Amino acid sequence: MKLIPSAALFSAFVMVSGLAQADTVLSVLIDNNPETIASMNALTKAYTAAHPDVTFDIEQRPGGADGDNLIKTRLATGEMADVFDYNSGSLFQALKPTDTLADLSGLASQAGILDSFKTVVTGTDGVVRGVPFGAAMGGGIYYNKKIYADLGLKVPTTWAEFMANNEKIKAAGKVPVAQTYGDTWSSQLFVLSDFYNVAQVVPGFAADYTGNKAKYATTPAAMAGFQHLEDVFKAGYLNPDFGAAKFDDGMKMVATGEAAHYPMLTFGIGSVKQNEPDNLNDVGFFAQPGDDAAHNGLTVWMPAALYVPAKSANLDAAKAFVDFAGSVDGCNLMIGANGATGPYLIKGCELPKDVPASVADMLPYFQKDGGTVPALEFLSPIKGPNLEQITVAVGSGITSAADGAKQYDQDVEKQAKQLGLPNW
Amino acid sequence: MRCPVQRSPYPYWFVLPAAVVFVTLFLVPTVASLWFSLTRWDLYTASYIGLDNFRQFFSEQNLTLGLMNTVIYAVLTSATKTVFGLLLAVLLTSGIWGQSFLRTVVFFPVLVSTIGVGITFTVLMHPTKGLFNVGLAAIGLHGPGWLTDASLALYSVALVDLWKGVGLATLIYIAGLAAISPDYYEAARIDGATRVQQFWRVTVPLVQPATVTVITLSLIGGLRSFDLIWAMTKGGPGFSSDVLASVIYKQYQAGFYGLSTAGNVILFVLIATIILPLTWWFNRKEVDL
Repeated sequence: MKLIPSAALFSAFVMVSGLAQADTVLSVLIDNNPETIASMNALTKAYTAAHPDVTFDIEQRPGGADGDNLIKTRLATGEMADVFDYNSGSLFQALKPTDTLADLSGLASQAGILDSFKTVVTGTDGVVRGVPFGAAMGGGIYYNKKIYADLGLKVPTTWAEFMANNEKIKAAGKVPVAQTYGDTWSSQLFVLSDFYNVAQVVPGFAADYTGNKAKYATTPAAMAGFQHLEDVFKAGYLNPDFGAAKFDDGMKMVATGEAAHYPMLTFGIGSVKQNEPDNLNDVGFFAQPGDDAAHNGLTVWMPAALYVPAKSANLDAAKAFVDFAGSVDGCNLMIGANGATGPYLIKGCELPKDVPASVADMLPYFQKDGGTVPALEFLSPIKGPNLEQITVAVGSGITSAADGAKQYDQDVEKQAKQLGLPNW
Repeated sequence: MRCPVQRSPYPYWFVLPAAVVFVTLFLVPTVASLWFSLTRWDLYTASYIGLDNFRQFFSEQNLTLGLMNTVIYAVLTSATKTVFGLLLAVLLTSGIWGQSFLRTVVFFPVLVSTIGVGITFTVLMHPTKGLFNVGLAAIGLHGPGWLTDASLALYSVALVDLWKGVGLATLIYIAGLAAISPDYYEAARIDGATRVQQFWRVTVPLVQPATVTVITLSLIGGLRSFDLIWAMTKGGPGFSSDVLASVIYKQYQAGFYGLSTAGNVILFVLIATIILPLTWWFNRKEVDL
């Protein structure tokens, strides 16, 4: 009884205060990466301009494991925002999409979205549940072009060449490899970006790994990533504050020439554009080299996606907005907000001509036949949650590469059991 | 004849509001968590898997390390808080100059948010840019990686915990010291006891109730300690400063809800098995006195 008058009072208050002009307020939850925020601001502003009856309430969340936790809990308790961004691939599968996320296969924009992306936001029931939010990324190594020019170095196509370059860089008094274990997620790159090389040697690894037949510890090609982490640490190639430095520090070091290399995903160039714009074209990029120069290619990450929870109170309005975000117009707005960091997976959404040097370095891999392989998390639903702690331990010399790989196999087993996969 | 047992003058339904709160917020979740610790649970469905979660938890690669760290951390912070708390309390009741001001200074860190303290000290303890190591470098010393050196991280956090928590121990001891009658000291002085002898023979035995409180509180606090460790190292580097609570939290973060509930049951049992006999032993000693 008491609720009704106060609700009436509240709506009267809303009307008086003039907020009532907007019929729908869509809540949006995004990660706190500056580029994500810029993209979402551009999209929502344009959308409200075209549809004055829809306004947005944008909320930010942390990335990494804290973000995973928040997303899973809010979905499970039915308190998710109307629209949210999250990884595609194995992390998307861990959200139980068939129960929690709305069917987005009917959106008009889906016709323009590349199939390669649709497969990584499709639940086990074959229904598409996301639209791309951002550009595809490569996992590899940023390098400082000035250091390479000064020392007369060549972009390496094998790991041995990479380590030989590091030796010369160290002799010249520079930091060969920047690592930033203060952001634990950034420690995983040497392992995850090595997947192109794994797939060249063991083409069936992803399927066997999902089927509980192949393990990191017993597959030498897969072990190599862990070994790389150990090797750069043991050789003394890391920056002195590697244990405390953060992602932004890493991009800054490689941009300003304090360090020669920084293993990272290609979205990292956005940080340079924002924080060290003068150094934007001093940064180049190459794929993580393997053992064989003849098979040199790039491990690719699909963009994150926008999703709508199945229980959203504004289901239709939310779907209409993500439809716009997945269109060519939406894509162009995001390029306008952040510049180009990599190829977009929407037909008709072209990159501008003047892309930063590191983006230009990455594009040829996409144009070459067999030049790219999707990262393991897009070929298998399993990713162990403790990888970032294990890679920090291996990369700081606390754990050996062999033990690290074994620990990760156990971690993967837990995740597979939680997902209820057969054969585990 | 009246019944020999005195009946309460109040009707039983007076207890209802408190009972409802207690049952719904404490009893039901406790019993439910016992059930969920036996299941594989994803918040939507729970399937019974027997004791698998406990088996998994005990085979967890870093659980042994986490358990050991928990005990080291609890004993270390509890012992140092007790010793420094007593010494500070003796100092701050001795009538030195600026006594009230110094008491405020010692107690102040207790009032500050733990997360704030953790973030501040993380900055101060940065291996190359932090104030600690910059200061050490100024006098020609090479400072360690306080939080990035695997063998040091846990102790660095314990040091900050001491800084933050010693004020509360001091406060309890000041109250305990105030309760000791000056007559004992007077008698001791007449017998020719030195200041050191007075401390060991009069202060320490008579401040025993305060010691029991300080040890129990700080030991429980240390055993379930989480916020400071999470703010400073997140259990890292790697797993080297993981304690039981952070291991449990990471399982929860990863979405292993059944496993993390099983971890909580283990933590509950661990605290109970340490604290219950300790309290019993202290209480017996108190009676002996």
